[in-house]
Amino acid sequence: MSVLVFADSSEGKFKKSAFEVVSYGKKVAEQLGTNVVALTINVSDSSELYTYGAEKVVSVSNDSLTTFNAKQYAAVVTEVAKAESATVVVVDSSIDGLYLAPIVAVSLEAGCASNVVDVPSSTSPFTLKRKAFSNKAFSNTVISTDIKVIGLAKNSYGIHENAVSGTTENFDAAIVDSGVKSEKVERATGVVTIADADIVVSAGRGLKGPENWGMVEELADVLGAATACSKPVSDLGWRPHSEHVGQTGKPVASNLYIAIGISGAIQHLAGINASKVKVVINTDPEAPFFKAADYGIVGDAFEVVPKLIEKLKAFKAS
Amino acid sequence: MKILVCISHVPDTTSKINFTENDTKFDTNGVQFVINPFDEFCLTRAMWFKEKQGASVTVVNVGGAETEPTLRKALAIGADNAIRVNVNPTDGFQVAKELAAVVKDGGFDLVLAGKESADYNGQMVPGMLASLTDFNFINGCVGLEVEGTSVSATREIDGGNETLSSSLPLVIGGQKGVVEEKDLRIPNMRGIMMARKKPLQVVEASGGGTSTSIQSFEKPAPKGAVKLVDADNVDELISLLHNEAKVI
Repeated sequence: MSVLVFADSSEGKFKKSAFEVVSYGKKVAEQLGTNVVALTINVSDSSELYTYGAEKVVSVSNDSLTTFNAKQYAAVVTEVAKAESATVVVVDSSIDGLYLAPIVAVSLEAGCASNVVDVPSSTSPFTLKRKAFSNKAFSNTVISTDIKVIGLAKNSYGIHENAVSGTTENFDAAIVDSGVKSEKVERATGVVTIADADIVVSAGRGLKGPENWGMVEELADVLGAATACSKPVSDLGWRPHSEHVGQTGKPVASNLYIAIGISGAIQHLAGINASKVKVVINTDPEAPFFKAADYGIVGDAFEVVPKLIEKLKAFKAS
Repeated sequence: MKILVCISHVPDTTSKINFTENDTKFDTNGVQFVINPFDEFCLTRAMWFKEKQGASVTVVNVGGAETEPTLRKALAIGADNAIRVNVNPTDGFQVAKELAAVVKDGGFDLVLAGKESADYNGQMVPGMLASLTDFNFINGCVGLEVEGTSVSATREIDGGNETLSSSLPLVIGGQKGVVEEKDLRIPNMRGIMMARKKPLQVVEASGGGTSTSIQSFEKPAPKGAVKLVDADNVDELISLLHNEAKVI
């Protein structure tokens, strides 16, 4: 018996979510009285995972796995889960994590819960709290199969150090036919992605036009944040769709979310609710966002934001 | 090309979410149900394949009779016929199994489903369906072209896009981008009249167990009131974010 976590990486470096799923897996393993095993793909040195409690790392290296392919990765996770007699498999709830999870679940005949926000409240029955109704509620879901697959929501359990002296074993995994081939990957370089960001700076129609986004980008730059926008802004073509956050856009689960000139429609709030601290800057004190926010400034973004940039620069320099 | 579009019947995105029976059931009282927005993008793309490439489009829902108005709306938008699998679904795996039976019986070669439903947000059905039918699978799809049996698709990845090639038979987990918001269609009167006469077949569930069940629901803890900072005093905001919230 074991808890297997897939510690995802990009170009040989662990994603932040990898440390969170290992921390989480360690806790679940303790609850079940077993060990956590971390699976890595094409990472040359996995010892970093020992810091978060991985007693054992199974390292798969294969040139065929250089680019993420859901079916091939799922086959590797399945093979290692069987080899390690895993009764719980944990992945993150990133785009790739939730591409993998259902395939792994079917091949392991496992029940699966995604967007899970906490360790099991009970291990028998195996009960997990997960987000539902687009962040407007949680469901306590029981997985009744022998093997359980968990998609852990980002920034929900947190990263916890729990150093152990671990070992790494190489594993020769079979590569299956995928049926889907990657032709081209286009990824913005040098910018913080919304999925990865600790801080997200987001703006809406209150900015009046795409030409006014300079101050949003500057504020994001000062904070090391990702930029995002509301749905109307992406529909108007002011900003690319990849920046649209909200119920039908990207989900945000950052530590800090700053909303500038966004009224806070229910669909927008559903998508960003999982952020820990929310700040709103809006001229309209009646904007619904003020009910959802932790901190707010009633004021004109064109006056407040430049001041905020200036003061933050001074704060960062001090 | 025979296309199957999977339609979830979900609360309108502006709905207030409440629960009844000791927080074990979703309270449908006063809730307006709609086509799941992620599925609507897929349906609109399917209409393009119908109009430009002569594809046939069937819509399917796994659910009780109360979901039929949602299927009729999909017919009014232009789908040729509808299937309802008559069972109240309780988890994604159950839905995927029922859909797999429909796919096999109907000889479909392209299945379009929203990557998630706006109610339970499980994001499990398209991937499970692809695994159960052994179809190729592209999730988070934001662009789709089909020529004969070859497929070119784009999917969203963290911080960008990936272009993929594949072939039919295929399952797509779609989202905004597979068509744009402005391409979505509102049924017109003629569509609505025609939809009444289009076939809506009710099939019985093939059955089989579920792998998860919902024990109860809870709502997020009520939030404290917002702390307002004067617009002339952004230093105070910085201090609060640093000392109190500890996020900068």
